[in-house]
Amino acid sequence: MEPAAVVTLIAVVLVILALVFYLVSVILELRKITTGLDAVIGSVGEILQKTEPVNGVVDHINKDLSAGTDLLEGLLDKKAGQDDAAGLVESVFPGAGASVLARQGRTGEVKNIDEVYTRGAVQLARLGRESPLGVGAMSGGALRDPTYSSAAARAIYTNPSGPVADEPGGPTHRPRSPVIGTEDSGG
Amino acid sequence: MTLWWIGNAVLLLVIVPVVVILLRGVLGAARDTTRAVERLQPVADAASKDLDAVELLGTTQEQVSQTVAVVANYGGSLDTILEDA
Repeated sequence: MEPAAVVTLIAVVLVILALVFYLVSVILELRKITTGLDAVIGSVGEILQKTEPVNGVVDHINKDLSAGTDLLEGLLDKKAGQDDAAGLVESVFPGAGASVLARQGRTGEVKNIDEVYTRGAVQLARLGRESPLGVGAMSGGALRDPTYSSAAARAIYTNPSGPVADEPGGPTHRPRSPVIGTEDSGG
Repeated sequence: MTLWWIGNAVLLLVIVPVVVILLRGVLGAARDTTRAVERLQPVADAASKDLDAVELLGTTQEQVSQTVAVVANYGGSLDTILEDA
């Protein structure tokens, strides 16, 4: 055999050996990858299964919360007026007043209630002014009239210490109950 | 004969190294993929375990519905108690 042919044969054998070695190594790695992916796909399937109801549940929760928000904002609009409602929401949740205005279909600047009143005070003031317990105009005397309140109480109960009636024909005082052992019972 | 030797030289000095380099590249990529898959497996397991609490979303949904219903009742009462602006 000629030397050139021998060299050619050696070169071809080298190429084939290299191909065999690397391709077998690649096949082994691909088998490892397949095994790993088989294990991972199980966990991914669990993830899919567990997250399947999330969208529906979250949508339902959002719908409920939106309904609650709309209800409370509607109530606030009704009770406080549209201008104050956005300002009240802004005073409690900074930045949310604009969205209230948007839901009211209005634009403009939110009335900044928080600068005038301390946070929450305006709610209490408004509740006091508009509730039956604090009937009265904003201007004028105090919302709770101590004189009126006292007179009303006195109209209901007799004066236990006065010897005469508070008003003509009104109830008179009642004598104190005798304390046993301190007064002569007359018997 | 000279051409044969030239062919042998090209085969040994060019083709064999190129084949080896290309095959090593393929093998390296396959090994990188194997390592990535091995790192992915514990992450997927942990993610699946983290999602065990998703079942509680049903309870959350019920609680939110009940809370909103209670708030609606309070709102109705407030609407009755308070005068409008």
